[in-house]
Amino acid sequence: MGVPALTLPVNDFSGSETNKPYRILSGINTYNGPWGTSQAAHLLKRTMFGSSAADMAYFKTKSMSQAVDELVNNAFTLTSQPVNDYNDDTYTDADVPAGQTWINAPYNDMADFKRIYSLKKWQIGQFINQGRSIQLKMQLFWHNHFATHIGDLGISKMFYDHHMLLRSNALGNFKTLTKAVTKDCLMLRYLSGESNTKYAPNENYGRELQELFCVGKGPNSQYTEDDVQTAARVLTGWKVDYDTSASYFDINEHDTDDKVFSPFYNNTVIQGRTDAAAGNTELNDLLTMIFNTDECALFICRKLYRWFVYYDIDDVTEENVIVPLATIFRNGGYEIKPVLKALLKSEHFFDAANYGVLIKSPLDFCAGFCREFKIKFPPASDYLSNYQHWDTLNYFTSIMKQEYGDPPNVAGWPAYYQSPAFHEIWINSTTYPIRTDFSRWLVEYGFDRNGTNIKADVVAFAASLSAPGNPNTLISDSLDILYRVPVSQASRDTLKKNTLLDGQANDYYWTGAWNSYAGDTGNAIKRSVVEQRLINLYRYLVNSPEFQLA
Amino acid sequence: MKRRDFLRNTVPATILPALFSGFGVKALGTAGIFNSLLANPDGSDHVLVLVQMFGGNDGLNTVLPLDIYSNYYNARSNIAIPENKILKLSGTLKTGLHPSLTGLRDIYNEGKLAILQSVGYPTPNYSHFRASDIWESGADSTQTLNTGWAGRYLQYKYPDFPVGYPNASMTDPLAIQIGSASSFALQGSITPMAINIQDPSNVFNLTNSFTDAAPAGKAGKELNFIRLLAQQTQAYSQVVSAASNAVSQQAAYPADNNLAEQLKIVARLIKGGLKTKIYMVSIDGFDTHADQVVEGNTSTGNHALLLKQLGDAIKAFQNDLKFLNIDNRVTGMTFSEFGRRIKSNSSNGSDHGSAAPLFVFGNLVQPGILGDSPSIPVSLTDDDNIPMQIDFRSVYSSLLQDWMCVPPQDLNGLLYRNYQALPLMQQQACKQCDVNSNRPAAAHGTSLVSIYPNVFTSSASITYQSAGMHTLVQVMDNTGKVIKTLVDKKMAEGSYTVPFKNENYVAGTYYVRLQNMHTAQVKMFTIVKD
Repeated sequence: MGVPALTLPVNDFSGSETNKPYRILSGINTYNGPWGTSQAAHLLKRTMFGSSAADMAYFKTKSMSQAVDELVNNAFTLTSQPVNDYNDDTYTDADVPAGQTWINAPYNDMADFKRIYSLKKWQIGQFINQGRSIQLKMQLFWHNHFATHIGDLGISKMFYDHHMLLRSNALGNFKTLTKAVTKDCLMLRYLSGESNTKYAPNENYGRELQELFCVGKGPNSQYTEDDVQTAARVLTGWKVDYDTSASYFDINEHDTDDKVFSPFYNNTVIQGRTDAAAGNTELNDLLTMIFNTDECALFICRKLYRWFVYYDIDDVTEENVIVPLATIFRNGGYEIKPVLKALLKSEHFFDAANYGVLIKSPLDFCAGFCREFKIKFPPASDYLSNYQHWDTLNYFTSIMKQEYGDPPNVAGWPAYYQSPAFHEIWINSTTYPIRTDFSRWLVEYGFDRNGTNIKADVVAFAASLSAPGNPNTLISDSLDILYRVPVSQASRDTLKKNTLLDGQANDYYWTGAWNSYAGDTGNAIKRSVVEQRLINLYRYLVNSPEFQLA
Repeated sequence: MKRRDFLRNTVPATILPALFSGFGVKALGTAGIFNSLLANPDGSDHVLVLVQMFGGNDGLNTVLPLDIYSNYYNARSNIAIPENKILKLSGTLKTGLHPSLTGLRDIYNEGKLAILQSVGYPTPNYSHFRASDIWESGADSTQTLNTGWAGRYLQYKYPDFPVGYPNASMTDPLAIQIGSASSFALQGSITPMAINIQDPSNVFNLTNSFTDAAPAGKAGKELNFIRLLAQQTQAYSQVVSAASNAVSQQAAYPADNNLAEQLKIVARLIKGGLKTKIYMVSIDGFDTHADQVVEGNTSTGNHALLLKQLGDAIKAFQNDLKFLNIDNRVTGMTFSEFGRRIKSNSSNGSDHGSAAPLFVFGNLVQPGILGDSPSIPVSLTDDDNIPMQIDFRSVYSSLLQDWMCVPPQDLNGLLYRNYQALPLMQQQACKQCDVNSNRPAAAHGTSLVSIYPNVFTSSASITYQSAGMHTLVQVMDNTGKVIKTLVDKKMAEGSYTVPFKNENYVAGTYYVRLQNMHTAQVKMFTIVKD
C-alpha cells in the first residue's frame, strides 16, 4: 500500500515568495492602463459566465469604461419561461400543455417538484445563453446573499417569483431589494417569517436580516441579541396566502408596542403602529435604521469584492477599496450600478496581481465551459432535448456542490464566507475529479440525451481562432480564452509536440494536416486527423489545475 | 417524493454508470492487520469518529430530564415528549432518551455510551455560522481562530503536512471526511488536513499538470493549492480504494439512512487497514424552528426522524465494529453547534439556544451519564437557556489526552488553555491514563456547591467543596452566559465559602457553576427586586 512521497511542483508552503501575503496597494481610481485581450478576458470571466472569443472581440472594440458601462447597464430581457418538460408515460400535467410555461398554472402537488426542476434546468440554460450583461452573475450573487432552499419547501410558483425578484432587482437598489425579499413568500417560509407573531415571535428572519443580509459580523458590527428579538417583533404579522402565492400583512398578529433598539442603532425607537399599513411602515423604519449604519454598505461591498475580485481582504484593501466603495454605495442611496462600475473600472480590479486568482464556482465552471467552447445545443424548438442537457449540467453543478436554488444554508455557499479557505472549498478530493471528468467528457465524447449530443466541437473551436494552421498561434489563442495564468514557452512547446505534432519536431506536420482539412471540410478522414489531435490538446488544457482559475 | 429520491431519479442513467460506477468490491477475504483484541495503549491505532449534527440539535428533546419532567413539560408543552414514551435507561431514573433513540438506548445499556449533559461554553453565540466556527475551531466567543481543533491535533502529530505526504511512515490520509463538504474542524494552518471521499472504490486519474513554476502572488497560491490537492487525491485515492476493497463482509446497516451509509464506509476503511486518525460524518436538518414535532403527536415529526437516523446509524456502526473486530480501536463523538431554547415557539419548533447534551460512544468509553439534568426554571422567559455544565473544549481535551494519547503537557498548545479533564475513557484506553488512576469518580448525587439564600436581593453566600487542584466557580445569567468568575485557582482540598454580591444585575434566574477535577455542578438561584 506504500505510495512514494510526492514532490511539489514548485514552492513548498514553507515561506517561499509565492506564499507570502501579497499586498495590492491600488485603490478605486479609474484604471488607465492597456485594454487588451488579457484585460478583456479578466473582465468577462468575472462578470459573465466565461469569456467567449466573440465577446472578447466585441468588447475589445470599446474602451474599458464603455465595456464596463455596457455590461452593467445592459439588462438581459427575458425571452423564455420555464416550461412543462416533464410529461411522460406515467404523468401528464392536465393544467399545462407540454412545452408551455407553468408559471401561471394552479398549484399541483404531483407536478410541483417537476416544475421546480424545470426551473432549475431552465436557469442553467439562461446562464449559458446570457446576453452581454453582468445581470445573471448578479442574480447569482443575490441568490447566494439572500440564500433560500427550494428542496425542502416546494411550491414552484413561489420559487419562480423569488428568483425573478432577484433577477429583476439584480442591478437596482439594494434597499428596495431587501424590502421586497423580506416580504417574499419563499423567504417568509424559509426563515419562519410567516410564523413570527406577536404571541410567539420567531427571531429567525430578524437575526439573519442583520447578521447575513445587511449588517454582517464585521469588527464594528455591534448589534445585540436584543436587537435580533426586537427586529423580529417589528416583522411580526407577515403571512403567506397559499391560494394566491402572495404575502400579506395581518395586523392582528402584529406586535403594536414600540420597539427600542440598542446604542448600535442609536437607541432608535420604532413606533408601534396599529393600522393596516403598520407592517410596511415599520419595515421601512427598520430598514432605514439598519441602512443608516456604516456597517451595512461596508458589509455588502466586502461581499461584492469577494465575489468579483478575491476572498482575502487585508487592511490595505479595506482602506483603499472597501471603504471608498462603501461611501459610494451609501451616498448613492444603495444603488447597485454605481458601486459595481466603480469597482470594475478600478485600478485595483485591473491590477495584474488580481488576474487568475479566483477559483471558478461550479456554475461558472460548467456554464462558462459551454460558452467558451461554444457548445452547440439542439435548436430551441427541441425544448425536450435542451432541458435534458441542462439537467445534465444541473446535476454536475450539484455534485460539484453548487446547485442553483439550493445553497446549503441561509449563509449561502461556504466558498464566500468560510475563512480561511473561502473559494478553495470548491476544490477537494471529491469535487476536483468530478470537474476533470466533466470537462474531459465534454471534450472527448459529450453527453447524450434524448437522442441528441452536446460536446465541445474542438475543430470548430480551433477554426474560429486567428490562425489555426499555425500550432503556436493555435495554442496561444486558446490559452488567451481558456487560461488566466501564464504558461511558459517550454510548456507550450512540449504541449504542442505531445498533442498537435504527434511527438514530431516540425510544425508543418500540423499545418499540413489542418490545411488539408480546411480545404476539404467535408472529408471525414481529414477531419478525424485534426480532431484527434485537438482533443488531446484541449483535454490536457481543461484537465489541468490552471483551468480552474478565473 | 423526497428531494434526494427525485434527484436520483432525475439523473440521467446514461451518464451515471460510465462515469461513476467505480470499481466493484473484490472479495479478497484478507483479514486486516489490526486484529488485536486489546486496545493499543499508545494510541497508535486509535481512531476518532466525529458525527456532526448540522442546524443545532434540540438537546432537551434528545436527552430527557425525567427527574424534573413537570418543569420540562411546562416549558414546552406543544413539543414535549410524553413521559410514558420516553425511553428508560438501565441504572438511572433521572434521565431518559427520545423515543426514536432506541439504538442509543441499546448501546447505553450495553455500556458503550456516555451521555454528557449541558455541554457548552461561557458566552453562547446564537448564529449558526459563528457557533459552528466556535465548536469546530475550539475558540472563545471573542476569539477568531483560523484552524480547526482536530486540524491542530493532526498538524501537531504530522507537523510537515502537506509537504512530503504521503510517505513511508504515513501512507494514508490523516483524516477522511465522508461527503464533499470540508469541515472547518479539520482545517490546518496551511491546508485542510482531511480528504473528502464519497465513493471509496473510485480511483481517480488526475496526473495532468503543467510543471511551470506557479506565478508569484495570489494566483500562484491558488494554483499551488489545486496542484497539490490533485496530486494527493491521486495518491490517496489508491490507498483508500485498496482498503475499501480489502473488506469483503460487514454487519448490516439500516436502509435509507444516509448517516449509516457514511459510517459503513468508515468502518470499512478502518478495517481495510488505513492508519487515518480522524473520520468525520454528518447529518443535517436539526434547525427545527418550525414543525419539529407533529402537533398532538409530539414523539413523531422531523426531529424524531432525524434522531432515529442518528441512533440507528450509530448502533449499526457499533455492531459492525464488533463484527469486524475493531471495536477497541474506535471512539465516536456527536456534536452540534448549539442546543435550542428551553421554551418552544408557537410553530411547534424551537429557536437557537446554547448548551446541549452530546454523546461519546465506543467500547472503551466510561459509560454512563456525566452531569445532572439541566436546570429548568418554573417561570421562564423567552430568552432562558440551558447553562453549561461542561465546556465542549474539555471534551476535546479529554479525548485527545485519554483516547489519542496526547501527553497532558501538550494539550495547552492544541487548545490554548488547560481544560477540565473529564472521565470519558476507561483506564486501559491509553498508557498514560494509569498515571491518573487515582482520579476520583464523578460525584453524582452529592451536592458540591450551594448558594444561600437562593432567593435574594443584595447578597448571598456560595459554599463549595474542592477536592484540591484547580477549582472554578462561575455565575451565569438566564441565557447561560458567564457574568462573573468568583474562583479560578488551585486550591487545597476542603470546603470553602465565597460571598456573591448583586452588582446591579436584573432580577431573574441565575446559576452558579462549580468545576473541579472531573466534576461540574450547576445550581439555580433567583435575584429578586427590592
